[in-house]
Amino acid sequence: MIKKFIYLEWKAFTRSASFGVNVAMKILIGFLMIYFSILFIGMGVGAFYVLRKMNLEPLVTINQFLIYYFLFDLVIRLLMQAIPVLNIKPLLILPFKKPTIVHFSLGKTALSFFNWVHALFFIPFSVVLALEGYDIAGVIFWLLAAFSLIYINNFLNIILSNIDKLFVVFIGAILLLAAAQYYKVFDITSFTTPAFQGFYAVKGLFLIPVLVLIALYAFTFKYFKNNLFLDAGLSKKADIAETENLAWLNQFGTLGTFLKNDIKLIKRNKRSKTTIVMSVFFLFYGFIFFGNTQQPEVMHIFAGIFVSGGFLFVFGQFVPSWDSSYYQLMMTQNIPYRGYITSKWWLIVIATFISTIIASFYLFYGWEIYLTIIVGAIYNIGVNSHLVLLGGAFTKTPIDLSSAGGAFGDKKAFNVSAMLLTLPKILLPLGLYAIGLYLGNKTLGLSLVAGAGALGFILKDKVFSLIEKRYKIEKYSTISAYKQKN
Amino acid sequence: MIQVNQLSKIYNGIKVLNIDNLEIPKGQSFGLVGNNGAGKTTFFSLLLDLIQPSTGNITSNTIQVNTSENWKSFTGSFLDESFLIGYLTPEEYFYFIGDLRHQNKADIDALLASHEEFFNGEILNNKKYLRDLSKGNQKKVGIIATLIGNPEVVILDEPFANLDPTTVSRLKKIIKDLAENPNVTVLVSSHDLQHTVEVCDRIVALNKGEIVKDIQTSKETLQELESFFAV
Repeated sequence: MIKKFIYLEWKAFTRSASFGVNVAMKILIGFLMIYFSILFIGMGVGAFYVLRKMNLEPLVTINQFLIYYFLFDLVIRLLMQAIPVLNIKPLLILPFKKPTIVHFSLGKTALSFFNWVHALFFIPFSVVLALEGYDIAGVIFWLLAAFSLIYINNFLNIILSNIDKLFVVFIGAILLLAAAQYYKVFDITSFTTPAFQGFYAVKGLFLIPVLVLIALYAFTFKYFKNNLFLDAGLSKKADIAETENLAWLNQFGTLGTFLKNDIKLIKRNKRSKTTIVMSVFFLFYGFIFFGNTQQPEVMHIFAGIFVSGGFLFVFGQFVPSWDSSYYQLMMTQNIPYRGYITSKWWLIVIATFISTIIASFYLFYGWEIYLTIIVGAIYNIGVNSHLVLLGGAFTKTPIDLSSAGGAFGDKKAFNVSAMLLTLPKILLPLGLYAIGLYLGNKTLGLSLVAGAGALGFILKDKVFSLIEKRYKIEKYSTISAYKQKN
Repeated sequence: MIQVNQLSKIYNGIKVLNIDNLEIPKGQSFGLVGNNGAGKTTFFSLLLDLIQPSTGNITSNTIQVNTSENWKSFTGSFLDESFLIGYLTPEEYFYFIGDLRHQNKADIDALLASHEEFFNGEILNNKKYLRDLSKGNQKKVGIIATLIGNPEVVILDEPFANLDPTTVSRLKKIIKDLAENPNVTVLVSSHDLQHTVEVCDRIVALNKGEIVKDIQTSKETLQELESFFAV
């Protein structure tokens, strides 16, 4: 029975629309995975010695941070980890037993990247602990407990993913706990550290997380099994629709028509709403670089581009795929390509502008930092917005906007490949800024980047004609690519 | 109105459509019948410039459809659900199409009011997005949307499929009314011989991409077609 499932999964994997098309992308992701794997393993091995050098007891210190580690892991999962869905509906009427279907769907999640990546840290760390003379049985028990907690997160994510916006609550909780600890109001680690330490020191304590994990699996299993009906877990949630006229946009003519549609697109689809949340996260990206003396100064422009460019990178990247489900309609209507592209461009410009205004809290780091962000925004509007739209002509992955389902639905759409596509758009300004820094000073670097942005803005009409031409050339292959749904 | 010249479409070495010459005069209601895979949708997709012809071309109102885009302003079409925008309500969808075809809100409201019977109270003001409507109701929206802006060419692919009997008879009336207008050319494809014969002046039967019958509708047409498709 399971063999049949694996056969189906393999076919689904190799025949998916995106497979094989982006070989270069696959290779890049592969390299990135290897890079992160090595990084994690290095951390696992190195953490022990680094901490000991700092005159800290390694295991206790790690245990101190584990509560944040696991909370953060849960947030990341809620945001990014897609729940692998078997194509369940056609299986229901075939002679498969329901428990088999559920066990397999749940078992599949256990193999997710989001689970095994932790092993890369915990296993080397545990090996070092054992080698350094820690009690081997204790270390194994500690490791088992840690893994139980990781899998608890895995199943929590499955159960909780049906509740929208829950990750905001968890982020809030993390921030609150961290703040309370920082200002010495309340220290959560003083409660959790002994518990984590106990998994190592007290024999048998590790059974608690293991038992919790088993109970949670049983609960998830039961929940899924009871919902394995077309009108329960497999049903589509129908939203209550409200007709909106957005009449104030009429004054912009054709542009207004498209903007109206785009606003509705963003508001009413789970997938596009996620992009808005992601672009808000981009706003805080600068905290990693600004005020951090360990980062090279050249990286400031990197942050500057990112802070205002969140929407551009996560939404703009997929123009025109957002309209993929009704692309044939667009192609038969009386639509000038230019109007269509211009409306998307304005959307990007408006979002970039708003992000830049919100980012004014970086003034806290001084006006020079904020200037970097403004320069980044100019570059985004002048150059990156065009690059993103041009790239769109070649993006032929259909986006299924309506994929939001019930308990089994795959609702998470934000993916790593979207992030990777952004890299080339950052290297150029980085280079310009570096040249400026090398030849003179920061101001020269900033003016070079801003100049490139302004130049792009001046050439807008020319670039748009080019983009328009490209879209027309790609028209037929885009239509046929969008026709294959996943 | 529509002129087809040496048109063919080849996929992987297999000719799926091959029409040497076909002329559809203005005001005709034209029915395209055939089995699955006969090339009906392929022909309509070529007519709408959604796929490229392997050879030949189609002109619509003297505009060659794969070189100029000017045919779009007088052509209304509905092939399948991919012509609908799932996250809009039916009203918003009609207004959106209306905007693109330079119709104001009042024009659209008048058009919708005149088709209230066809909608059967299941479309308008229902607090549902198009993606949550049933297949049949989605089709109703798509069909009426093709009529926005008084197009001169209306193209409907399998309009009778998925509709309930009452709606089918109402749809036939809509198509007949359109056909009576000498300025409107209607193109309909269907598996259903009887429906097509009822609404069309002329029927063309396709088989494996070739035209195998081209008849002006008369009393005997249905019988003739039925005996042709019977094996």
